[in-house]
Amino acid sequence: MVQAVNDGLKSIMREDDSVLVLGEDVGPKGGVFLATEGLTSEFGEDRCFDTPLSEDGIIGVGVGLAMNGMKPVCEIQFQDFIFPAFDQIVSEAAKMRYRSGGQYTVPMVIRTPYGGGIRGGLYHSQSGEAYFAHTAGLKVVVPSTPYDAKGLLISSILDPDPVIFLEPKALYRAFREDIPEGMYTVDLSTTRDVLPGDDAVIFCYGAMVPVATEAARRIKESRNKDARVVDLRTLMPLDEDAVLQAARDCGRIVIVQEAPRFCGYGSELSAMIAEHAVEYLEAPIKRVTGFDTPFPNTLENYYLPDARRVTDAVEEVLDF
Amino acid sequence: MVSPVAWSFDSLSFGMSEALQIIDPSGKKVGSAPRLKKEALLAMYRAMVRTRAFDDRCMKLQRTGKIGFSVPNKGIEATSVGAAAALDITTDWVAPHYRDFGIPIFHGVQSVEMMDNMFGNVDDSAVGRQMPVHFSFDRPLKYLSISSPLGTQIPQAVGVAMAMKRQKELGICLTTFGDGSTNTLGFHSGMNFAGVYGAPVVFLCQNNGWAISCPVEKQTASEGFAVKGEAYGIPGVTVDGNDVLAVYRVVSEAIKRARAGEGPTLIEAVTFRMGGHSTSDDPSKYVDPQEFVEWEGRCPIRRFRAYLTSEGKMAEEEADAIKVEAEAEMMAAAKEAEAKPVPSLDTIFTDVYAEVPPHLHAQSDFAIGHYSSRGEGVNEKGEFPL
Repeated sequence: MVQAVNDGLKSIMREDDSVLVLGEDVGPKGGVFLATEGLTSEFGEDRCFDTPLSEDGIIGVGVGLAMNGMKPVCEIQFQDFIFPAFDQIVSEAAKMRYRSGGQYTVPMVIRTPYGGGIRGGLYHSQSGEAYFAHTAGLKVVVPSTPYDAKGLLISSILDPDPVIFLEPKALYRAFREDIPEGMYTVDLSTTRDVLPGDDAVIFCYGAMVPVATEAARRIKESRNKDARVVDLRTLMPLDEDAVLQAARDCGRIVIVQEAPRFCGYGSELSAMIAEHAVEYLEAPIKRVTGFDTPFPNTLENYYLPDARRVTDAVEEVLDF
Repeated sequence: MVSPVAWSFDSLSFGMSEALQIIDPSGKKVGSAPRLKKEALLAMYRAMVRTRAFDDRCMKLQRTGKIGFSVPNKGIEATSVGAAAALDITTDWVAPHYRDFGIPIFHGVQSVEMMDNMFGNVDDSAVGRQMPVHFSFDRPLKYLSISSPLGTQIPQAVGVAMAMKRQKELGICLTTFGDGSTNTLGFHSGMNFAGVYGAPVVFLCQNNGWAISCPVEKQTASEGFAVKGEAYGIPGVTVDGNDVLAVYRVVSEAIKRARAGEGPTLIEAVTFRMGGHSTSDDPSKYVDPQEFVEWEGRCPIRRFRAYLTSEGKMAEEEADAIKVEAEAEMMAAAKEAEAKPVPSLDTIFTDVYAEVPPHLHAQSDFAIGHYSSRGEGVNEKGEFPL
């Protein structure tokens, strides 16, 4: 997936010279995960440049670049380090169009690796999507495949509004997939059915997509039941119609997120389904999530939802 | 070798305690005045008087309950107008804080447009979404939307300026902020990025003595604020912020440096906030009344008037007429803005994104249905104002 991100950046930078990449170590080194490898050598230092170690500066400067005709792609090295820039994201980028009546806008993408699975402990593992999905004016996108990573990234860069682009670092080198060369897009605010089925539905995104998919395979094997797996892909604005249709089709619902449970993204999804499709439900909605603790290091495999926990949850909703 | 454009910065070196002054508080010329035509000087004077009149009218509107809030600008007029006069608005942008009414006023933003923001009415460029004094203008000058969180505009100014440089434009970005904002993350990251990339930015710190109730000595242990540039490799200069010609000269030099590719400058304009932080603040709790008396004696408008009349650039009667006209102008602008309707209810939901997404359509439909069925959110003709 990390190569798909790199390819996406190169493809759009070749087409549109207002696209700039900035962040810590994104230049000659190519980023700590090599997502920006080769950009400085191909496009020069004024298109892809290293910044001081200052997240507030990266995003604040990005907002200014975006307001004056550029399409900045800012990298925050780990999502855990984004909080010094929270003010610039939440108070500035998200609200600029609104508070200026459209006079000033921020077509900016903030790319950042998120989530666990690499033994990163407290500060290289967190999943902060709920903070951003809660903020009006931001779009929140989470790919789970190389194909989607490239297509959604290009769509995000072309989007007129600020996008938080969360890259599941656990999937950066998890599997290979052939993807088209050059420019292509995947529409924001669309979901993807990973597996068909109407006995139950698992809603998931990012690094939980392969986990949910594996659980659905096990259920098929053990119970001969078909659990639909829906990759949400864009968390805000969500394709609510697609989510509600899947909920109505299946009636038994499991939501998987690696972020903590309380006020997590799954809470909103659960409330939305309860409000709009309760008459279709055959069982209580079940959430499989990280725990309401900081993210542990040595014991991270017990913190993160895995296929066994998701399989158990699907069995519970099937047996209700 | 001394560069010809940088002379004033060599003479005004880091940590200097004496601020550059051209006109002393009595109006006497004590420094070398910039060569400005009479019309330009009068335009500056008129803008200062109009700024005071706008400020005074807003204070009265708040005291009589017609608007919710304002921030006093009395005493700051020379800093705002001196800086504004140095800009070329065909290329330059401003990333302002909220206490700089003089900049849009000098550059021809209509007083009624500013009053529209004070009332948050249908013509407010911020569409009634912000508190008063949070202006946003994109003509005749690029005057970026003002935020309440402090210092956030500073790194944005650097980004705006970096984009100008990349597009080979000659523009610069002026960013203004108060003394308190020098403690924010935005100040430090903005200064640092500007230094590293040599961005064409002018940082104007309006040292008005107070961050709400907190005096300068509780804000910083450094000797003034100009010295803070040094750590970022940015020259810092101090100027008498109540001397409009000195501010004009220093900001002009900084702009010339930025345009010539010589990088950013930090300017500290020493002035005094002749009132509270805002209409919600009572400065008598923390400002010694003697301080107001002392600074009244350094009034930027009286000083410039004395200078202009003694130099034969303006007659006393002309000065009196400017004041009367300005007060009448602001009264009329307030009346006009007050008479306009509020924005329609759907504007709660627009401009969140470029296109209104389905969930906001649904919430908008709900709000309109809910309130219009009760006769609320409708105009005086009984129509829903969409």
